[in-house]
Amino acid sequence: MLRKPATATQVTHLQRLWLYVVCALVIIFLVAPTLIVIPMSFSDSRYLEFPPEAWSLRWYRAYLDSSEWRQATVVSFKVAGLTMVVATVTGTLAAYGLHVSRAKAGKYVSVLLILPMIIPVILLAVGIFLAFAPVGLNSTIPGLVLAHSVLAIPLVLITVTAGMRNFDINQEMVARSMGASRPWAFLTVTLPQIRNSVMSAALLAFIISLDEVVIALLIAGGDKATLTRRMFLALRDEIDPTIAAISTLLIGLSVVLLALSQFLQSKKN
Amino acid sequence: MTAQDVMVVSGTEPRNERALRRQARGEQGRLVALSVPAFFLVGALVLVPMGWLFWLSVYGSDGFTVENYTRLLHPAYKETLITTFELAFLVTGLCVLLGFPVAYMASQLGPRWASLVMLCVLFPFWTSLLVRTYAWLVLLQRRGVINSWLMDMGLIDTPLKLVHNFTGTTIGMVHIMLPFLVLPLYASMRTIDMDLMKAAANLGASPVRAFWGIYVPQTLSGLGAGVILVFVLSLGFYVTPALLGGGRVMMWAMQIERSMAVYGDWGAASALGVVLLVMTLGILWVLRRLTGASAGSGGH
Repeated sequence: MLRKPATATQVTHLQRLWLYVVCALVIIFLVAPTLIVIPMSFSDSRYLEFPPEAWSLRWYRAYLDSSEWRQATVVSFKVAGLTMVVATVTGTLAAYGLHVSRAKAGKYVSVLLILPMIIPVILLAVGIFLAFAPVGLNSTIPGLVLAHSVLAIPLVLITVTAGMRNFDINQEMVARSMGASRPWAFLTVTLPQIRNSVMSAALLAFIISLDEVVIALLIAGGDKATLTRRMFLALRDEIDPTIAAISTLLIGLSVVLLALSQFLQSKKN
Repeated sequence: MTAQDVMVVSGTEPRNERALRRQARGEQGRLVALSVPAFFLVGALVLVPMGWLFWLSVYGSDGFTVENYTRLLHPAYKETLITTFELAFLVTGLCVLLGFPVAYMASQLGPRWASLVMLCVLFPFWTSLLVRTYAWLVLLQRRGVINSWLMDMGLIDTPLKLVHNFTGTTIGMVHIMLPFLVLPLYASMRTIDMDLMKAAANLGASPVRAFWGIYVPQTLSGLGAGVILVFVLSLGFYVTPALLGGGRVMMWAMQIERSMAVYGDWGAASALGVVLLVMTLGILWVLRRLTGASAGSGGH
């Protein structure tokens, strides 16, 4: 097996062994650190040892018993859910309009809409803080939703536009030539066919909002602190094992959403 | 429906061409208008504040000033700038060293193994940045996993200082940035025609020579995209350096946050911000030129 050629140019697997070893190490480097948090969250000790000497659920209990963590969790999910709606609706409308119109101005508009992805997030955070200060949106749920939506719109735009490219817009033309209005044709003909892209965009928007740290750090004070903001501040002071429990829950959620998005992607093709 | 479509349908030049054209333009305008809600959000929360930031950086209490910018030459700021660039270069270099073999291997594997490898590469991409940074804190701290393993194995007597310094920040940032390098590189490697390698061997090139002479040049556009992406993201990175650096590694983004939140010094914060913005947009503009040019010269 090892002596068989790995490529057409007769390099054997044995000669390539070093490559496989390096790649395996890099993949371990990418995956293992995140996974190690999971067993640690079930440790019974205050100290983070691996493998843990005794197992318990005390850090999950600590998380559920703390009203502060609970409140932050509720804020985070509320904001993520609303962000998903706002970003998906505005982003999909923009993607549809800009794709179908084929106007020259559309190109410039989409470049501007992509900007939040390009500008360093610390600058977005400072700018949003500046913009919210006079209108009192700092440390409010609507403020956080608007800020996170801006962050998510570029990805929604890109994902939905990619879906639109696979869709033959003439189908909508046919529907309209048979008397459907444009909004009706969009809802009944176009939207069902780009459904998977829109749903995968919505998932992305949800995750972006849930994981966002820097903007929340600058604009979400008081009882509107998000989960990630509270985690960040807790980590700066001391390494509390409660965070291992929260991290494990977040990893679980991420994996579920990743699987879901992969599923949607595979259905698209 | 555009004016051209109408003409195709009717076959001859319609007499009401002007009216149709006007209608088509109106239709186009209404479609573009669908992007207004998104555009309004981005405009109000990104474009206007960036303009405002620029204004704050050049307009002080007594008129226009460049003082905020000349102040950036002060040693404290200069040190931040140097740290930021050092870290960005180091992280980018390490990402290339680690990412190239993985992308190369993934691009040569069969579809099932390749998608498994790419799933592993994407896995950290989909877990929260904060969770991954926390994981590194757990691993690298003084009484952390790595130190206790090394001590149990008798390799070291006293714990190594792996975190709350430059080393920890570098490790954490490489871990976060690696997928950004692998993805574009992998995408470009997949398009490479491996028959070219056979042709090179046929013409007498050794595998090493064929690799460096034929294969690597074709990966350069993907590699360039990945390198610039990682570099730019590193320049403006906040979360991981703030936690793994333990206050000892002062990055550009942290200086902005500190000037604003701790000292309330909007002049310094805005000038630092404008410089970061200009650097970021400038580098990305170069990337666009680069990938645009290489896409034209590449055979595929």
